[in-house]
Amino acid sequence: MYSVFVKEIRSFLSSLIAYVVIIVFLMAIGLFMWVFPGYNVFDGGYANMDSLFSIAPWVFIFLISAITMRSFSEEKKSGTIELLTTKPLTDWQIVLAKYFASIVLVLFSLIPTIIFYVSVYKLSNPVGNLDTGAIMGSYIGLFFLGAVYASIGIFASAVTDNQIVSFLVSMFLCFFLYQAFSLLSDFKLFGSYDRLIEWFSIETHYKNISVGVVDSRDVLYFISVIVIFLWGSKTVFGSRKW
Amino acid sequence: MSIIVENLSKHYGTQKAVDAISFEAKAGQVLGFLGPNGAGKSTTMKMLTCYIPPTSGTATVCGFSIIDKPLEVRKLIGYLPELNPLYTDMFVREYLRFMAQIHGLGKGAKKRCEEMISNVGLTPEAHKKIGQLSKGYKQRVGLAQSMLHNPKVLILDEPTSGLDPNQIVDIRNLIKEIGRDRTVILSTHIMQEVQAMCDRVIIINQGKIVADDKTENLGKQEIEEYIIIVEFGKEINAELLKKISGVKSITALPNNQYRLICDKDIREQINKTAYENNMNLLGLSLEKQKLEDVFKTLTKKTDKDV
Repeated sequence: MYSVFVKEIRSFLSSLIAYVVIIVFLMAIGLFMWVFPGYNVFDGGYANMDSLFSIAPWVFIFLISAITMRSFSEEKKSGTIELLTTKPLTDWQIVLAKYFASIVLVLFSLIPTIIFYVSVYKLSNPVGNLDTGAIMGSYIGLFFLGAVYASIGIFASAVTDNQIVSFLVSMFLCFFLYQAFSLLSDFKLFGSYDRLIEWFSIETHYKNISVGVVDSRDVLYFISVIVIFLWGSKTVFGSRKW
Repeated sequence: MSIIVENLSKHYGTQKAVDAISFEAKAGQVLGFLGPNGAGKSTTMKMLTCYIPPTSGTATVCGFSIIDKPLEVRKLIGYLPELNPLYTDMFVREYLRFMAQIHGLGKGAKKRCEEMISNVGLTPEAHKKIGQLSKGYKQRVGLAQSMLHNPKVLILDEPTSGLDPNQIVDIRNLIKEIGRDRTVILSTHIMQEVQAMCDRVIIINQGKIVADDKTENLGKQEIEEYIIIVEFGKEINAELLKKISGVKSITALPNNQYRLICDKDIREQINKTAYENNMNLLGLSLEKQKLEDVFKTLTKKTDKDV
């Protein structure tokens, strides 16, 4: 499994995808945080990173879908999947190796934003006057969010051998899970069930963690969604045998 | 017996891609799979390598069932899929190292990869990306990959496709060499290849085995007519040849050659006739029935049955 994981990382690095994703992510986030009027830190007047954490989930929808769209689709199209599945590897090993490789890429794109944190830290008056706890929590939330998106992306990629279809399906599912449920609950159509419906949306849990409170219920939610989609990927991937 | 196949079937809807075939293969034998397009060769190989499960029936590889112990089977098998899929954005060495790691070769991986690169004649191209290689070299990468971990069973789906004649000879020798103490199953639709490489041939048509025999025996089968080619030094009267008993038909070939189809071996009589009529006989040869003909008769026969 480790060898497949290394191979995935290498293919990200050699095919430019990794660089493009990281650069686009940092550029988009950087522009919102420092340049665009109405969003930037200076206009806000508060030493915080709220603009980063409110924009990142949307940027991730595109970028993580782009990272994961080829993971199974391309192998299916080029037939290398036959090579991989006739090696002594289980389906779980292949799915997990691809999943963890995507997660590592998500981590790599998050790490450079520490520069933004340091900048805000230095800019604040007095220096260091910012809510580090909330920012830490937001980072953890963002990482979980990325991990969920990656599992959705892997699933979408396992469903089809067409990268574009995989990309679109993944974006739709990510958006749907991120906000659709909380939007639905805003209609207040279901009375006491509204809270339950809202509970299904990633946004609710992401915002909970962003406050700086890492609640085990939120973590459990993220982990269960990841497990569900990875299990789904494994099932779809194994469906060649049906 | 390293491979035992029992009543293996694969159905796609109502189509029977492989229809209850059974055979055995033992170590030290190169087994050729021969058949027209869509006969079920690749499907059988895919089932043996645990890529797709059979609809019914079983097979074991070195005692491990392909249904219950797929991981063990995959460890023992080296497989070259039909269209030789490769990661085109990887370098040759990188790719082989990756495959070696999957097989858990560990520290020996580097040495083994270099060994395989020189064995299949990849040395001059080994620093390139796989996508940049020509088809023949890609094929060699595929072959190197399948033999990396010294598999007990080697399954090659059309191993020599895309190779030039010199490469084909090299690869054939390599496969024969490996086949000496291992089991090799290869599929092809080139007859000469079977004659050159295989100890045993299985001819398969429409999912069924129509012949399973040693390569040399298969050529001897069901000779119903003898074909004799005669060559003369000058023009002759073909009527004289027709008179010989046993001759069924005569076709004139260029340069005073004639092709006789007879129901028995009449070379002696021809010689006699030529001598008596002063026909200046230069050549006289009996054409052996080729594997091609056996293949044609066997596969056509089953077509009629269906």
